[in-house]
Amino acid sequence: MKKVLIPLVLFIGLVVFLAVGLKRDPREIPSPLINKPAPEFSLFTLQGDTKFSPADMKGKVWMLNVWATWCVACREEHPVLVAFADKNQVPIVGLSYKEIQPQDEAYKSPFDVKLQLARERSQVWLKRHGNPYVTSVMDMDGRVGINYGVYGVPETYVIDKAGVIRYKHVGAVSPVLLADKILPLIAELNKS
Amino acid sequence: MRRVLAKGFLAFSVSLCMLSAPSAAYAQTAEKAVTTGNAGREAVPMAEDPKLEARLVDISQELRCLVCQNESLASSHAELADDLRREVRDLIREGKSDQEIKDFLVARYGDFVLYRPEIKPLTWVLWFGPFLLLLIAAVFLGVYLRQRRALAAPAALSDEDRARAKQLLKD
Repeated sequence: MKKVLIPLVLFIGLVVFLAVGLKRDPREIPSPLINKPAPEFSLFTLQGDTKFSPADMKGKVWMLNVWATWCVACREEHPVLVAFADKNQVPIVGLSYKEIQPQDEAYKSPFDVKLQLARERSQVWLKRHGNPYVTSVMDMDGRVGINYGVYGVPETYVIDKAGVIRYKHVGAVSPVLLADKILPLIAELNKS
Repeated sequence: MRRVLAKGFLAFSVSLCMLSAPSAAYAQTAEKAVTTGNAGREAVPMAEDPKLEARLVDISQELRCLVCQNESLASSHAELADDLRREVRDLIREGKSDQEIKDFLVARYGDFVLYRPEIKPLTWVLWFGPFLLLLIAAVFLGVYLRQRRALAAPAALSDEDRARAKQLLKD
């Protein structure tokens, strides 16, 4: 009896480990930025020659959503964000991440030309698919992205009134994630 | 507790991945090299400052690319890897030490970027778990062998048996 039981228990243990491992998303890497102040930046906005920085949102709970027109998963996520933004529960700021890609012809053009092109492209895209953002900022070279630990667009951050990152999600935001995780968190953060 | 378990499991899966990593990485880079041909985005800066590039390679071999997680930052052709190499280059130019550069990346992407994570309570399971398992296995083996030896000990022969054996051998 014992002879059968021990290998069986070991085997079941191994199967449980492998099963859990299969269900885990290898893209989900815990961010060291959780509960740390959101990195400062000052970037041009989509609209005009105004700049935006996270300090402008002090005293508000807000979301930062990293996106780009070339990003396929963003297109999947976008209707969810638009519907969410319509409810006016929390301001969403867009971070347009490296809109002009190395394979683009304009990549080697001067910064101003690239910025202009990126703005045009982004505005067309937002007009077509809806605009969930209170403002969107242009991270042309992806440096702000690096400071936020961005490694796969889209990514979404929830930032509290004191400017501390409280939550990060890599990949498209789903209605389920919004209802189960993000909204309760925002309600809690708004209370404090 | 859950975190520790998760880390342990991470260690287990990471070691499994490492076994298969090099071949996969080489296959991918080889393939890329063929498809991108002369484009060689990384080839240009090499000539500019060979010392800097050598240090870049040294450091980035110890770092994981987050997009293609089996590849080091040195061998990856992912765009993010290009950006991170640019960042590392800038930090080298600023005169930062290897440790400072690694800290810069860990602060943004976590311990996951290090192929050799720091030894600290959170990573004890990762570093010492395999040795602990080996020790447990050795203890089990010892107990098992002892039990077997006890079973296999030959029963003493009585004089009667000896006489009978002699008789049989004679025939």
